[in-house]
Amino acid sequence: MDIFLQQLINGLVLGAIYALVALGYTMVYGILGLINFAHGEVVMIGAMVALSVIQMLVASGIALPGPVIAALGLLAAMPVCMALGYGIERVAYRPLRGAPRLAALITAIGMSILLQNAAMIIWGRQYHSFPALLPATPHQFAGATINDLQIFIVLLAAAAMLVLLYLVHRTRLGRAMRATSENPEIAGLMGVNINTVISITFVVGSALAAVAGVMISAYYGVAHYFMGFMLGLKAFTAAVLGGIGNLAGAMLGGLLLGIIESLGAGYIGDLTGGFLGSHYQDVFAFLVLILVLVFRPSGLLGERVAERS
Amino acid sequence: MPSLLDRWQQLKRDRRVVWAAYIALALLLVALPFVTDWAFGRTWVRIAAFVLLYVMLALGLNIVVGYAGLLDLGYVAFFAVGAYFYALLASPHFDVHLPFWLLLPLGAAFACVFGVLLGAPTLRLRGDYLAIVTLGFGEIIRIFLVNLNAPVNITNGPQGINLIDPVRLGDFSLAQTHSLLGASFPAVYNYYYLFLVLTLAVVFVSLRLEDSRIGRAWVAIREDEVAAAATGINTRNVKLLAFAMGASFGGVSGGLFSGFQGFVSPESFTIIESVMILCMVVLGGMGHIPGVILGTVLLVVLPEALRHLGPWQQALFGRVLADPADLRLLVFGLALILVMMLRPSGLWPSSTRRREFAAKGEEARHGKQSVYDAAR
Repeated sequence: MDIFLQQLINGLVLGAIYALVALGYTMVYGILGLINFAHGEVVMIGAMVALSVIQMLVASGIALPGPVIAALGLLAAMPVCMALGYGIERVAYRPLRGAPRLAALITAIGMSILLQNAAMIIWGRQYHSFPALLPATPHQFAGATINDLQIFIVLLAAAAMLVLLYLVHRTRLGRAMRATSENPEIAGLMGVNINTVISITFVVGSALAAVAGVMISAYYGVAHYFMGFMLGLKAFTAAVLGGIGNLAGAMLGGLLLGIIESLGAGYIGDLTGGFLGSHYQDVFAFLVLILVLVFRPSGLLGERVAERS
Repeated sequence: MPSLLDRWQQLKRDRRVVWAAYIALALLLVALPFVTDWAFGRTWVRIAAFVLLYVMLALGLNIVVGYAGLLDLGYVAFFAVGAYFYALLASPHFDVHLPFWLLLPLGAAFACVFGVLLGAPTLRLRGDYLAIVTLGFGEIIRIFLVNLNAPVNITNGPQGINLIDPVRLGDFSLAQTHSLLGASFPAVYNYYYLFLVLTLAVVFVSLRLEDSRIGRAWVAIREDEVAAAATGINTRNVKLLAFAMGASFGGVSGGLFSGFQGFVSPESFTIIESVMILCMVVLGGMGHIPGVILGTVLLVVLPEALRHLGPWQQALFGRVLADPADLRLLVFGLALILVMMLRPSGLWPSSTRRREFAAKGEEARHGKQSVYDAAR
């Protein structure tokens, strides 16, 4: 039981991060119908920028408490990612809005390769260790351990999601975003500036990506130029699992995927009599994805969008 | 006064000119290893052989993406299946050494089975969803290749499989230097000619498929699946056939890759590789064989040529600012974005497709492109 609970907690933390990234995918897909392949790279850039700022602050010798340094790193990463998200949309996706979908997808892939390699040139090929700035005091909880960092990640992710939900469902801007995702042409006729709304969607998604990037590198203690790719794929899986285009779905999908992954990795050894081990963790995300798409292509909370070709 | 374009059209209609062009092309392809070896060195003969290998792969994917319009982002899985099939059955790993002529068709059939395995559950999906599922499938295959070394060692894990038998046709080993008519043919040359023959076969099959009943059924499905079904096409079977066909091309290239390299490891079969092959197809012009070949040549040769970025930087700035190995993928990503922006239908699209795009642009200019297009 305690192993089960432990894996559940680990999965929840991982899932909270997946959910934040998945929101970025789902928002863009909801409006443009485009898989923004470069979103995972935005997460990575967020982590890298935060890391650089943190390293600078630590090296400068100013005696600041750990959490403050981490917060400053995050505050630096967010505007950079927001600008990056805006730039990606403006430069690469906007000119292709009327083009065939495949052209847009290839552009997104090209953008992803471009950002990855730019990051590799700037920050190098090596794995960077992310300093442990936040206290990791373990707490015993019904036979399982949960530490401060994990609690903090879950709380921060929840707060970010609440802010997003408020933005989308309670503000004028949110109404414009929902209208645009429903039907851009009609929304435009009703006086919504579609270009602004799409830009803001990218900016908001990128801000969430920055948060997720700092979280994941703080959680695992490493940052690497290639970290965004797999994370992005999994987050997209989470978005599809929940029903793409649906905010609550992305959150649910992220949490579920995190939990499935960590439970799967924890139990696969026992289930297969030691034939398959926990290094098959990555298989679960894709297995789940295939199963969901085959049996319920619209995702858990999604409407019938799979018919869109 | 006849414009240059008119003269070009006239030339294209002249039988003699067309034949002369074909013969010149054939001579060029036959002489290519000698010319490149003499001009650029042996490495470039190897690169030429790789170009041919990738042409086979890209034409296989072209069936799935270009003809049938099914976006497959995990195509490298079939390449991997073919490569490992050959590697396992012709290496000291299991101490099995089956002959090449048996392994090639068997590998194609084996990859074909995987194609159907992937195709069957995913046929209902369209567009981006299919892309993501195929991507996941490709990744699952790779993860299994990395991890199937314990407790039973099947794939030898991340180390991969070494000492794979070179391709032998009877007593004729391609790995040895042969001499014919006073010219010597080192191993790379032999592989180049083998690949050339097989590539021509693949091009021929693709050409014949394009105009066949099946080929037209694929195009019909690509353009409008509902309409295609309404005209009596069994869309499920025809789509499965596209997957199976594409996969078997991938399997053949995989087997050749194994024999050529003598070594396979999971590292050669990452998502990036799938993406590259897709880019070859799309960049050149989906569904158009000359376009796909052009795209492949560019994408294989360009990264190799970009290795020279180091000396150029030296000449321009006096020192090497960024490692050329790092820069070349950066430039590659940039090139992808630019080409898609400037020529969304590819560098060399088929004439029908070009007309379609022109017509669409015309409609848009006259404001005819209505809400329906966006809402679809």
